Amino acid sequence: MTLSLRMAWRNLWRHKRRTWLTATAMIFSNVLLIFMISLQLGSYDMMINNTLQAFSGHLQVQQAGYNDNPKLRTSIPNAQALADRARQALPGFRVTARAAAFALASSEQRSFGIQVTGVQPEFEPGVSTLPGLVSEGRFLQDPDAAEIVIGSVMARNLKVETGDELTLLGSGRDGSFAAGVVTVIGIFDSGSNDMDRSFAEVPLNYFQETFAMDGHGSSIAVSVDNLEQIPAAVTAMENLVRDGNGLVVLDWNALHPGLQQAIKADFASAWFMYGVLIVLVAFSVLNTQLMSVLERTREFGVITALGIKPGKLASLVMLETVLMSAIGLVIGVFLGTLVALYFNTNGFSYPGMEEAAERFNLPGDVYPSVSAIALLLGPVVVFMFCLLASIYPALRLFRLRPVEAMRAV
Amino acid sequence: MAEIKCVELCKNYQQGDAVIKALDHVTLEIRQGSFMCLSGPSGSGKTTLLNMIGGLDELDSGAISIDGERVDQLGKSALADLRLHHIGFVFQAYNLIPVLTARENVEFVMQVQGVPPGERKRKAMDILREVGLEGMEHRRPAELSGGQQQRVAVARAIVSQPKLVLADEPTANLDSHSAAHLMQLFCELNQAHGVTFLISTHDERVMRYAKRLIRMQDGKVIDDREQVPS
Amino acid sequence: MAGPSHLPLGAMSVLAWRNLWRNHRRTVIMLLAIAIGVWAMIFMTALMRGMVDQMIKDGIDALPGLVQVHHPDFRDDPSIDHRIPEPGPQLRKDLEASGVTGWTARVRVPAMISSERNSRGVTLLGVDPRGEIALGFDPESIVEGRFLESRDDNGLVVGRKLLERLETRLGKRVVVMSQDPENNIADRGFRVVGVYRAKLSGLEESFVYGGLETVQALLGVPGEVSEIAITGEDYRQVDPLYRQVSGVFGTDPEILQWTELDTYLGMMLKMMDGFVLVWLVVIFLALSFGLVNTLMMAVFERVREIGLMQALGMKPSTILYQILLESLMLLALGLLIGNILAIATILPVRDGIDISSVAEGMEMMGVSSVLYPALKLKDLLMANAVVIVLGILTSLMPAWRASQYRPVEAIAKT
Repeated sequence: MTLSLRMAWRNLWRHKRRTWLTATAMIFSNVLLIFMISLQLGSYDMMINNTLQAFSGHLQVQQAGYNDNPKLRTSIPNAQALADRARQALPGFRVTARAAAFALASSEQRSFGIQVTGVQPEFEPGVSTLPGLVSEGRFLQDPDAAEIVIGSVMARNLKVETGDELTLLGSGRDGSFAAGVVTVIGIFDSGSNDMDRSFAEVPLNYFQETFAMDGHGSSIAVSVDNLEQIPAAVTAMENLVRDGNGLVVLDWNALHPGLQQAIKADFASAWFMYGVLIVLVAFSVLNTQLMSVLERTREFGVITALGIKPGKLASLVMLETVLMSAIGLVIGVFLGTLVALYFNTNGFSYPGMEEAAERFNLPGDVYPSVSAIALLLGPVVVFMFCLLASIYPALRLFRLRPVEAMRAV
Repeated sequence: MAEIKCVELCKNYQQGDAVIKALDHVTLEIRQGSFMCLSGPSGSGKTTLLNMIGGLDELDSGAISIDGERVDQLGKSALADLRLHHIGFVFQAYNLIPVLTARENVEFVMQVQGVPPGERKRKAMDILREVGLEGMEHRRPAELSGGQQQRVAVARAIVSQPKLVLADEPTANLDSHSAAHLMQLFCELNQAHGVTFLISTHDERVMRYAKRLIRMQDGKVIDDREQVPS
Repeated sequence: MAGPSHLPLGAMSVLAWRNLWRNHRRTVIMLLAIAIGVWAMIFMTALMRGMVDQMIKDGIDALPGLVQVHHPDFRDDPSIDHRIPEPGPQLRKDLEASGVTGWTARVRVPAMISSERNSRGVTLLGVDPRGEIALGFDPESIVEGRFLESRDDNGLVVGRKLLERLETRLGKRVVVMSQDPENNIADRGFRVVGVYRAKLSGLEESFVYGGLETVQALLGVPGEVSEIAITGEDYRQVDPLYRQVSGVFGTDPEILQWTELDTYLGMMLKMMDGFVLVWLVVIFLALSFGLVNTLMMAVFERVREIGLMQALGMKPSTILYQILLESLMLLALGLLIGNILAIATILPVRDGIDISSVAEGMEMMGVSSVLYPALKLKDLLMANAVVIVLGILTSLMPAWRASQYRPVEAIAKT
């Protein structure tokens, strides 16, 4: 330990209670920030994953304009072939081709407007969790069969069970009348009311035949293992479709602008609260350090009279702040990590969360994210603001006049 | 009125590893209207004895009574009342409340006693005039010299005519002229109103005024005699 | 407190006030901290309240109504099978008696709408335009054409987004297909006579409005409706309205309040007070460390003075009150500045803060893109009460310590 470090450390403990109180303010806000930020990041990850893995995948290839206005005519020619090429180009990722249309689905008793999606039974389970959520019957297998998998609410509303037949009515890609009779072979229960009410899947080949698609599809969906792989996957897909008929690659941000914005809005409003918390802690530090400088006026006067430059004293005061903030940082991060780890294993829930979770397609418990950024972002910002706060007290030392200072009591 | 009895007072202080005997079986009787000086070197127990009589500190053993009432057995609140109504203090330094003016400092105790504002002001002005501070009543302690501050403290100590004034080295920070002036003031009050004075000092100029002089050393009374003030 | 052996309040206040300004830098910093904290408490609460208010109002307008009456099976299976009779003259009179500010009976069925180019699944509403407007449909939200004019209007009013999706225009014909109670396809051509814009664009895609009698005729259910929606004065107090409606309709149909119709909204309202309190307390806690520190330093600097006051006959309790009073002044002053700051920042934005940069995200949460801060007296009082009450409780510790100094130690301290 250098002499100035030792001095700073001892000075800190001249007012034990004050130092601890200030450090406790930091610890309090650090623990709170770690808890809140890790909870936030955890729920964002879940929101993104649940939304993307349920159906859309992390990125999609579409005809330009399809995402804003999904028309049957805004389509991808030779969709299956493109999907095959994508599978070869991106060996690590999961790729499936799809086509979607609105249709009137009628059972013996009921009719509803629904969204029918043609999927590749072989590849769909790699991208979407829906096939795994079939609770009655089974998922599609035969790529050509006249079979359909529907949501549980739709099944109830249409009053059908597996084995019953549905008539699909709609219009084909060329504007012709499209009709088909399909057998319900599976009913899924995704937990999302919207999906369970209005979503259905048929084999892509059957879909293309019924809706006169002529080999066209609506989208190629790609799923990756973690969010960091997305940029690489986007680049690879862009290379693949570069000269292809106005096709574009959309990542999840483009597919779900609302999701990103919801996260941004939530993050912004949360940072307003965090900011207030951090500023208040910084004020605490400012007060403590200013007092500690003022009460030592006499002592500093003596030291200055000995020939020590004010800059040296100022750095001593800054060093004291660094030490104090470091105590707050270390203990805060330690306790905060414990809290985050606890909820990471046990999950966190508050009253009313279930209703919110249903609305945002989340499970009822949130598992905070335990990553370096979740654990350190808040405390590091607190640390920096505390240092900023001690600049004013440190600067006061440059105004010190030795003779007056020594006379001060 | 104020008759003070001290019986076998003992008080030890811990200082580092050593135990300091601040009071070592001190027995003392002080009659009403005494004008008494405690003298002795630093650490002889003078201040401790004053503090004990004023109820500022707790005894290890022994008993103190004022007019038959056991001071050492009173609670904090009752002690506060005793000091408020019957005892005036003058300390060596830092006697005044810094945020109050000279007059406000003098009025302070009367405020707590519930003296009406008009009477309070009149008494404060009278007593300040008596201690020679006329025209300075609006100054705050920082704007007064050491002697002037001390005189404000005396004014405050005697304004509500206590039975007993305890003064701890009241002249330590004063020049000889101010010291003499202060002691004359004490004498006058003692004679005119029968206020008992107990003054700790090692200032020879002060001891001359005493009717009774007690010397202490190592927490013991080593000499106790009456004298004719000169 | 102002008994004979205490310092009178006036004198105590003078002392506290002067003591407060002895170390003016420290006091100013603490005041700033309190003011910022209080500002944040009030400002943020007003924003949260405004957001939730707006969410609930928009949500209730979309339901619509504070109370809805349905066939008991309708909510589980919203088909034309589950219908109830339109209110007759007696029921109308009962409904219009008191407490009800508007009501409407509507047919609500799933349907499919097709233009020449596209089809969509939608919810077809057969409505009485007057009742619909009474329930919160804003005629101003018609951006093209007109709203329905009567119960037997032949036109169709659709959302802007749906019109885009269908690739059709105002004045064009569209076909609406649904089902009658005999499970036959009921379809009919409508001319699009009006286009509306909704605060939440999701609604624009799902609701199409037709005249009540026209839709009843299409489905073959004259005089029958799917739901009766009733609205009243205050969405916070629905119970009286609910009791009244129950009295009118009896126990046969299912009668539900908005909090049950949209449980998420209901939960938001319930949770709000809790959220506000947690926010206030968290901010206070962040402040409290500084407050305790400031008071402790103030006490520490004045130890000798406190000893002197005790020697002069102040009771420990007087010293305690003295410190508390000083703290109270600090808090009150901070509160004053904080309140003024909060009101001064909320008033200029009371006409709404544009948050359209994150509009789609806010829409996911059911919030429209303009935020109206709602400053409520209740919240203002609560913030002030939290600061004063917890502030005094927090100050008790340093104040009590000050009162417990032994005078002789205090005086001996240099």
